[in-house]
Amino acid sequence: MNKTLDIKAYLDADEQKDLLRLLTAGSVDDGKSTLIGRLLFDSKKLYDDQLAALERDSKRLGNAGDHIDYALLLDGLKAEREEGITIDVAYRYFSTNKRKFIIADTPGHEQYTRNMITGGSTANLAIILVDCRTGVITQTRRHTYLVSLLGIKHIVLAVNKMDLLGFDQKVFDAIVRDYRQLTDHLGIEDVTCFPLSALDGDNVVERSPRTPWYSGPALLDFLETVPVHADRNFSDFRYPVQYVLRPNLDFRGFCGKVASGIVRVGDEVVALPSMKHSHVKSIVTYDGALQEAFPPQSVTITLEDEIDISRGEMLVHPDNLPHIGRHFTTMLVWMDEEPMDPSKQFFLKHNTNTTRATIAAIRHRIDVNTLDQKEGAPFILNEIGQVDILTAKTLFFDPYAVNRQTGAFILIDPITNNTSAVGMILSPLDESALENDLVPTLDLPRLGITSAHYDAIEAAVRDLARQGLEVRIIK
Amino acid sequence: MNNYKLSHLQELEAESIHIIREVAAEFENPVMLYSIGKDSSVMVRLAEKAFAPGKVPFPLMHIDSKWKFKEMIQFRDEYAKKYGWNLIVESNMEAFRAGVGPFTHGSKVHTDLMKTKALLDALNKYKFDAAFGGARRDEEKSRAKERIFSFRDQFQQWDPKNQRPELWDIYNARIHKGESIRVFPLSNWTELDIWQYIRLENIPIVPLYYAKERPCVEIDGNIIMADDDRLPEQYRPLVRPRMVRFRTLGCWPLTGAVESTATTIEEIVEEMMTTTKSERTTRVIDFDQEASMEQKKREGYF
Repeated sequence: MNKTLDIKAYLDADEQKDLLRLLTAGSVDDGKSTLIGRLLFDSKKLYDDQLAALERDSKRLGNAGDHIDYALLLDGLKAEREEGITIDVAYRYFSTNKRKFIIADTPGHEQYTRNMITGGSTANLAIILVDCRTGVITQTRRHTYLVSLLGIKHIVLAVNKMDLLGFDQKVFDAIVRDYRQLTDHLGIEDVTCFPLSALDGDNVVERSPRTPWYSGPALLDFLETVPVHADRNFSDFRYPVQYVLRPNLDFRGFCGKVASGIVRVGDEVVALPSMKHSHVKSIVTYDGALQEAFPPQSVTITLEDEIDISRGEMLVHPDNLPHIGRHFTTMLVWMDEEPMDPSKQFFLKHNTNTTRATIAAIRHRIDVNTLDQKEGAPFILNEIGQVDILTAKTLFFDPYAVNRQTGAFILIDPITNNTSAVGMILSPLDESALENDLVPTLDLPRLGITSAHYDAIEAAVRDLARQGLEVRIIK
Repeated sequence: MNNYKLSHLQELEAESIHIIREVAAEFENPVMLYSIGKDSSVMVRLAEKAFAPGKVPFPLMHIDSKWKFKEMIQFRDEYAKKYGWNLIVESNMEAFRAGVGPFTHGSKVHTDLMKTKALLDALNKYKFDAAFGGARRDEEKSRAKERIFSFRDQFQQWDPKNQRPELWDIYNARIHKGESIRVFPLSNWTELDIWQYIRLENIPIVPLYYAKERPCVEIDGNIIMADDDRLPEQYRPLVRPRMVRFRTLGCWPLTGAVESTATTIEEIVEEMMTTTKSERTTRVIDFDQEASMEQKKREGYF
């Protein structure tokens, strides 16, 4: 074979590959890092010097006896290596002939729910590891619940360490039965189960002769072929305006990432919240104009009419509007060391919009081990539950279950600026009884301000709005 | 099923453009740090894409350690001019005048003063509140867990144990006065992605990446190119022409070359895929001390 020709063919094929983002979750001893290490190793991504460093480290710190300790390869930070656990999310990259993979490796400890939520937010697929000797345990339940909360559509149950129980089919079947009860309860449809030994490599990259009773594919085969791109929402066009581009007087473009749905040149669109209508004149990119755009493309849209639209506003199709409001109920995960203070006003960031927000009501908390509801009380780190949120500015949102892009938000502490909580919107709430008006009002005539100053005041108010401080003007 | 599908590179490009625009929208005074390397070249092109047909609304800044390869400086000036970038170049002139360099002071002191301190001084001088860097998570272990929006305190330091949670594509850009965010739009790109993108997009890169006969000398096991007459006396008689190229670019006395005949991107990729060394092993500074990159990052180096 001619090598140079091969590499060109390889690059041409590589160019066409798609991307699978996956999350791995398991308890400390489930062999998760070993499994990832093997996926990386066996897909030949590991370079020799990384391997040499690993052999050095294994001798000093390893927990794997005579085997190479694949886990050490993944634990990036010095302090963690000494503690022997992964304490944060680490991202790993590998590719096969069919696909590119990004792995978010997250720890299994109870106190690190925060990290798993962080690692899983962009994942298409989650691998949940269980040790075949313990089966489905509390942590498995917790991880699976978090995966369902994040709306990850595909789950792989990796039943690991099968070598220790002689690859016994009965053990595997019993664990799978247990697990399906849980996923049925949580409404997760796509679950695929694998009998593995990550340490020995059984059913990881190739099907193992030690599990003749197992008729499914090897794990890597499955990961290479599971279809994920259709998981995106292609039906509801949502375009949060991110940046307004005005290079000259003749061009006004609205930059953004298509959150969901498809937009075509000529489409009638409506700008929220102004409700002004126009048509898409062009979809501009550096590489030329497009006829249509879809998620997750980053593009620039120009309109037929001169409409004033700024960052935080949204373009949608007039016959398919999101919820437009300031009051909604949501699942919330508390991510901050500081407990929730419900009397506080937070900054809420939703798509490209930032607003002041308060927690109007705490409905309940979830016991992530039993999945039972507990009474509502202020959340502490890693607690999850349902709350109602009231915002100062109007938001344009959908339920997270329908639209991951427009149903997600973060709460930012106004004093520490930390990301205190993250939310997944359930549904809008009635606003007729809202008394708590968070928006201060400037009544310009009452303040004796003449109309000559209105433009300047409106510009200043727009600038404040960009920073999340909404002020209403009465003219 | 439908055909609305992006390749991995298209998806990474869209993600990076979104990140770059988010910074331009949320910060008052961002800057893009430019190392002149291949990753920087890709990042710069992504910024040009993000704001086309307009101009990029922030400057490029290069921290010149005064020991960069001559070809890098030439490439930098030509590129900035050709594409209309506002280019800022900053150096630690005090240390330079005091004669600090890798041969006389060692790589640690040189890097601390000419790179880390020069960078921190420059960020303070212009009061930048956000700085883009071209680092990738697959480069090195401590980078693998860094956020895309990476918070720095008023001393520009990174605290790996206290990172803000980062979910979906919602980036927390809120900071107090004096604090800043380092932003890594290439976080999810791999080395192969970078080469593939350079190939597909015809992005100009410094010719040092391609193999050529260059005057070299072996110092402590690294092939060092004699780029100017500051090479210490004792090495000069040992300089020989060798067919080499560079996998990373930095200060010439600290950047080892590899023997190579690769003169096209295809050949570079082929070499990369069959090679036995990952890219940072040609960087002398990573081996100074255990977990050295993590230490440098905590101190404010990228």
